[in-house]
Amino acid sequence: MEFNQILQYTLSGLSTGAIYALIGIGFSIIYNATGIINFAQGEFVMLGGLLTLSSLQLLKLPLWAAIPVSVAISTVVGVIFERLAIRPLRQPTPINLVIITIGGSILIRGLAMLVWGKDTHAIPPFSGDTPIAIGGATILPQHLWILAITLVIIVFNKFYFYHTISGKAMRACAYNRRAAGLVGIDVKRMVLFSFIISAAMGAVAGIIVAPLTMTAYDVGVMLGLKGFCAAIIGGMSSGISTVIGGLLLGVLESLGAGLISSGYKDAISFIILLLILFIRPQGLFGKADSERV
Amino acid sequence: MKKDLLLFSAFTLLVAAAPQLFKGGYLMNVLVFVGINTMLAVALNLLLGYAGQISLGHAGFFGLGAYLSGIMTTTYSIGPWLAMPIAAIVVGIIACLIGFPVLKLKGHYLAMATLGLGIIIFIVFNETVDLTGGPSGLSGIPNLKIAGVTFDSDVKNYYLIWFFTLAVMLFSLNLANSRVGRALRAVHDSEIAAQVLGVNARILKVQVFTLSAIISSIAGSLYAHTMTFISPASFGFNFSIELLTMVVIGGLGSIFGSFLGAALLTLLPEFLRAVNDYDIIIYGALLMVMVMFMPGGLVRGIPALYRKIFGQRKGTGNA
Repeated sequence: MEFNQILQYTLSGLSTGAIYALIGIGFSIIYNATGIINFAQGEFVMLGGLLTLSSLQLLKLPLWAAIPVSVAISTVVGVIFERLAIRPLRQPTPINLVIITIGGSILIRGLAMLVWGKDTHAIPPFSGDTPIAIGGATILPQHLWILAITLVIIVFNKFYFYHTISGKAMRACAYNRRAAGLVGIDVKRMVLFSFIISAAMGAVAGIIVAPLTMTAYDVGVMLGLKGFCAAIIGGMSSGISTVIGGLLLGVLESLGAGLISSGYKDAISFIILLLILFIRPQGLFGKADSERV
Repeated sequence: MKKDLLLFSAFTLLVAAAPQLFKGGYLMNVLVFVGINTMLAVALNLLLGYAGQISLGHAGFFGLGAYLSGIMTTTYSIGPWLAMPIAAIVVGIIACLIGFPVLKLKGHYLAMATLGLGIIIFIVFNETVDLTGGPSGLSGIPNLKIAGVTFDSDVKNYYLIWFFTLAVMLFSLNLANSRVGRALRAVHDSEIAAQVLGVNARILKVQVFTLSAIISSIAGSLYAHTMTFISPASFGFNFSIELLTMVVIGGLGSIFGSFLGAALLTLLPEFLRAVNDYDIIIYGALLMVMVMFMPGGLVRGIPALYRKIFGQRKGTGNA
């Protein structure tokens, strides 16, 4: 096996991994604030890509304007979802929450199929598609965009969670919702915030990946699940461990697809997911947590 | 239990009389699918409704049964009646082995793990082209035969499928009312309380998971032999969700509810031909509405609704 090939797979794996990391952080943020695994997380990714497509083609917006517009609309969908489905739920048992977020994700996906049809759509890359050579391997400018934007978002996230009042309040909710409520934090508002941030991050991930992989109404399923794998590897943290989880998954998947078989690419991620769940359900880096009754 | 048996007898009579009531051949074909889906919904309900353990990968077990039967009868020319139990045993062993690590997980994690499992099985169906025919499917699966009668028409298949469906329903009703059924419900409410009372929750969960997989596998074998053609598309993630919808709509923990859910979701697309591709939107909306407004499903929701309306009328009448 040539070194160049491995380098090539690793580099492209890193950028897909960055996408998984962004989606995974979205999962973790909602999970930490609410205890919910939002099965509709992948749909925000899909919405980001497809809304950008429409902003570019129908509204004739330039790219720099299309991106914030589609992130904003996806965020509004996230807010509506939280308001109409999650908040009014009378019996928020885990099974009911799983079922309702699955229902929401199917509904959003179905509506997207109604609006955009079943075709796959392409979005132009942000800055051309002249490959750049790096030590025998080549990458596209879009790969660099993905890595850079992911980095910016992660730094921004860190700043928000550690240096702003509302970020600190969200962390308090993650540690203990009841105690957070007792010291005057509006927990319901924090839940809404968590949906806003996750929806926005999901949409950004969907936008930056669309020029590479194309987008369609059903891309959210796989991307969402891969993002969840990243979050599981990272132990549902909204910080660096999920990023490492995502990058690890992206690289392993890319190497597996290149060196073993591309047909089993998706299976590799799910086998990793199952192994992590069986062996270290607290994540690769987490400490074992005692079970609460 | 007596009430259940009475209801079951009435239901059996209705099933037996249905071909006389609906002379139309096409509807018989749909009713065959109602039977298969009822079997699957009951199987999932034993796990989800009684033991409280979610599975988003049951289409995988259904598919394994169908493919094992299909491959054994076409490639290896094993008799269908022998292939079916072999498939069920193999699927049972697989489910049992997977069950131990998977069912240690709870709630969301369990949902994701079973989902991943279902997708892995689906990918294997697609990729092992030599064995399964890949995405284009496996054809030429023989019909079942008993004493010279070949089950090759809709009416014959109807009786065959519903014989199995009724057997599965009766078995599940008995199970639900037995010591095991009570233990399952105890695990559902609180695993720790159940364990304190001497229920081996871990083993019990794996047992019901295995049983559920075996029933799904039998349904899969029957599906393969009635359709004579199978392809991976029938056993994907969407079908797992469809099964979940059937169980939730009918009512968690109700065997007859599973039939209602299966019948509704199988018949609905037939009546909504105009929206053919968009039926998935209706599933999504139905799931959300049911969980929000009728968490007990149709079996409990409709009587409650009736009582509510009826009771209110009485109230206003007095005032």
